[in-house]
Amino acid sequence: MTTRGQRRLSVTRWAIVIVVGGYLLLPLIAMAEFSTRGDFGSRSLDSWIAITEDPNLVEAIITTLAIAALTAVGMLVLLVPTITWTYLRAPRLKRPVEFLCLLPIAIPAIVLVVGIVPIYSILTRATRGNPLVLVFIDIILVLPYAHRAIDAGLRSIDVATLAEAARSLGAGWPRVMFQIIAPNLRGAILAAAVISIALVLGEFTISSLLNYDTLQVVINLLGKRDAFVAVAVSLAALIFAFVLIFGIALVAGGGRRRTKETIEEAVVS
Amino acid sequence: MTASTPASEQRPGADPALGGAGSQRRRWAGTYLPLVPFFFYVTLFLLLPTFIVLVGAFQAADGSPSLESITTVVTGPRFLAAFGRSVQLSLVSALAGAVLGGLFAWAVSSGGPGGRLRQISVAASGVLAQFGGVMLAFAFLATFGFNGLVTLLLRDSVGIDLSKDNTWIYGMTGLTIVYTYFQIPLMVIVFLPALDGLRKEWWEASTSLGGSSWTYWRNVAGPILAPSFLGAVLLLFANAFSAYATAFSLVSQGSPIVPLQIGEAMSGEVVQGQANIGKALALGMIIVVVIVMGLYAFLQRRASRWLR
Amino acid sequence: MTISTTGAGPTGRAGVAVQLLDLHRSYGAVHALDGLTLELAPGELVALLGPSGCGKTTALRALAGLDDPDTGRIVVDGRDLTNVSANHRDMGMVFQAYSLFPNMTARDNVAYGLRLRGVDTQSRRRRADEMLELVGLSAQGGRYPYQLSGGQQQRIALARALAIQPKVLLLDEPLSALDAKVRRNLREEIRRIQIAIGTTTLFVTHDQEEALALGDRVGVMAAGRLEQIAPPAELYDRPATAFVAEFVGLTNRLEGTVSDGTIELVGQRIPLLAGSAGPGRVTALVRPESVRLAPEAGATSHVIAVSFLGSLCRVQVALPDGALVVAQTSAAEGTAMSPGTAVRVTIDPSPIFATPA
Repeated sequence: MTTRGQRRLSVTRWAIVIVVGGYLLLPLIAMAEFSTRGDFGSRSLDSWIAITEDPNLVEAIITTLAIAALTAVGMLVLLVPTITWTYLRAPRLKRPVEFLCLLPIAIPAIVLVVGIVPIYSILTRATRGNPLVLVFIDIILVLPYAHRAIDAGLRSIDVATLAEAARSLGAGWPRVMFQIIAPNLRGAILAAAVISIALVLGEFTISSLLNYDTLQVVINLLGKRDAFVAVAVSLAALIFAFVLIFGIALVAGGGRRRTKETIEEAVVS
Repeated sequence: MTASTPASEQRPGADPALGGAGSQRRRWAGTYLPLVPFFFYVTLFLLLPTFIVLVGAFQAADGSPSLESITTVVTGPRFLAAFGRSVQLSLVSALAGAVLGGLFAWAVSSGGPGGRLRQISVAASGVLAQFGGVMLAFAFLATFGFNGLVTLLLRDSVGIDLSKDNTWIYGMTGLTIVYTYFQIPLMVIVFLPALDGLRKEWWEASTSLGGSSWTYWRNVAGPILAPSFLGAVLLLFANAFSAYATAFSLVSQGSPIVPLQIGEAMSGEVVQGQANIGKALALGMIIVVVIVMGLYAFLQRRASRWLR
Repeated sequence: MTISTTGAGPTGRAGVAVQLLDLHRSYGAVHALDGLTLELAPGELVALLGPSGCGKTTALRALAGLDDPDTGRIVVDGRDLTNVSANHRDMGMVFQAYSLFPNMTARDNVAYGLRLRGVDTQSRRRRADEMLELVGLSAQGGRYPYQLSGGQQQRIALARALAIQPKVLLLDEPLSALDAKVRRNLREEIRRIQIAIGTTTLFVTHDQEEALALGDRVGVMAAGRLEQIAPPAELYDRPATAFVAEFVGLTNRLEGTVSDGTIELVGQRIPLLAGSAGPGRVTALVRPESVRLAPEAGATSHVIAVSFLGSLCRVQVALPDGALVVAQTSAAEGTAMSPGTAVRVTIDPSPIFATPA
């Protein structure tokens, strides 16, 4: 393209970025402004500090973080070996596994929760109402995104060739999985974990309809009482998710160029 | 890949020298047994609940098989109106999100995959697309609500008082604007790969043959991107159609859309014994989403055929 | 920068004159074009040859208008096109790969340029069919690019570029992405078509066999400048610089001493080409086909390896002082030798190029 055309294109591009970006940033800015309002038009962090002073909220935060961490781990334990195995030894099952992982898109949370009530009433009684039991259903919710991330990672490292090379040198299957494949999948694993955590932090539908007090449920209740604190903690959760995702981009970006592309591939895919 | 498969990956039992039927079964088990945990888990927590929903939809309030629940839903004006509103809300927010998100994706992709702006936009979109419904609702209230930033700014500077007739936020208009907000990042995530597929050679060839920007988009880029764009609209539609949390937080009275009605039926707030109405509604929702996702899959395949 | 003008382009053909005058183009610290001046006679096919990064593609894209030079002028058919945008330059371009529009059939691709010019449907179709026949793909008109092989796609791309009867035809390494055999066949077809239609053509490649086979003149580029431009034979036999001597054709490097404009190698005195280094120690550049081998018991050089290439052989020989040379022999001679055979080495006494040692 000629430099004249390029200049005109640049202006258009930046105009769009500013307008749409502005629309996306506006509520975030409003949240920051809203949650830092003090008396008589001053700025104050009172609403933010109040987060730590509300025992219900703090407990909900800790609980939800625990559920998020367990969901991420559970998802990895369930998915990484499974999908890798379909690449290496059971390629015929690749499509069925992919289909099952994408099924939650067609069976959304609001529908899933209707059918899961009988199963969860058993679980609730067995664990005496421990909210960690939500991990089981959250793993299902996370499947489509996690599958995309891990699948993209496996495709980009040509796992079949790696495994064949390792096997021809004498490695057994466990060694192949842990020493050869997992390290190369670092980027995809991190991406899948981060997406899972972000999803669990934002999960409301199932928690509320099954009567568990997770973060979003508590924020919702709080909104009716003290809107400022509710907005503050929402913004805090969002910032936390941003930090997470930029964190893994940095960690993985420090590695080879291919890993960085894997992350973008996993998120965008 | 042209590497030959090692003997262990050939059809079970293909090599008789390695033993008879016993080792056949063992090898079959060795190949497929490790996948059992996954299938078991998914069956228990995904397929079983779905089955319960499907069966329940075809039961009456007392549990006996009947079409009563489905008939109530299909003929009830309240329920039909909800489906209509859900469709409208999803369609409008999907189109708006697709156009705005598509433009943004294009603006961000022209800088090449390594561009800083692009990396930030992709990461930010990944987070914002998961921006849970409740938080988003509060974000909007902080912006346009009674004491929202924009409301106050407009009142103090231009004299427009949005807070006077505030119900628009809690109604369909407000929902549409809020839904569009989370559709845009989702569109960016879904559509960027399609934009990446546009080869620079096509633009250069079109230009050197005498074409302008307009002719390029009309004759080359437009038709090539069309299936992906439509597919993205469908995905956004399904996404909006199934959303529950945002609407729950914003809507104070009544349940204007289908997900809210399902929630209502589940919590038994309105009438006891409505549980199977909820399942019938859920069945309706599944049907809509499955049709939409089926079309999406078809369009994806069509798009990739050209770009091979 | 040396330009050889002893080769005259073919006369009596259609086509326009093209001039690239003192082009400069930098990307930061990298000088992609460093004062390039290149002239194409009407109807001539000039092959631009050089290693990656030498600026040959940048030169082509500057001519096409896809990449504006920082300074310099571009004149086509007497008209200054330097500030004219790419879509008004009336040039046909064939890219290395992937340039066919995937959403159009082959015929529609070929007719696209005509459609942009407002040609009516019937004439468009007729002309597109003419072009399809010219490239030998009349039967594939209704196929989509993904249904065509790489070679077929490039032919369609050529047809598309020629359909608009461009003033200049630009080819950016069109054969690089193809298999060896397809490459050779398509190369000959491109030349045949270009001669028939007579359009002035600039052909960029990194493959010297291609350049030598196709060009009326071949221009060798390095670091953004033109090292030498001359008809293929002259470029091969009388390289003007060390770079050209080494880049074009295979070369042996032999050290020797220069005095009186000749160099002593393997006991012979061989004259040097103009521009060679010396006097004193220099490195002479000797072509394998100039090295003669004669099996002789008791000779001081011996064979290391023989590579059979079908119609000829390349034989690697160790000289008494340990230096290695590669000689080209006929298949018969080559297969008669084996590792260890003692041979007498002589060099054809035509002038060679020498660089500082």
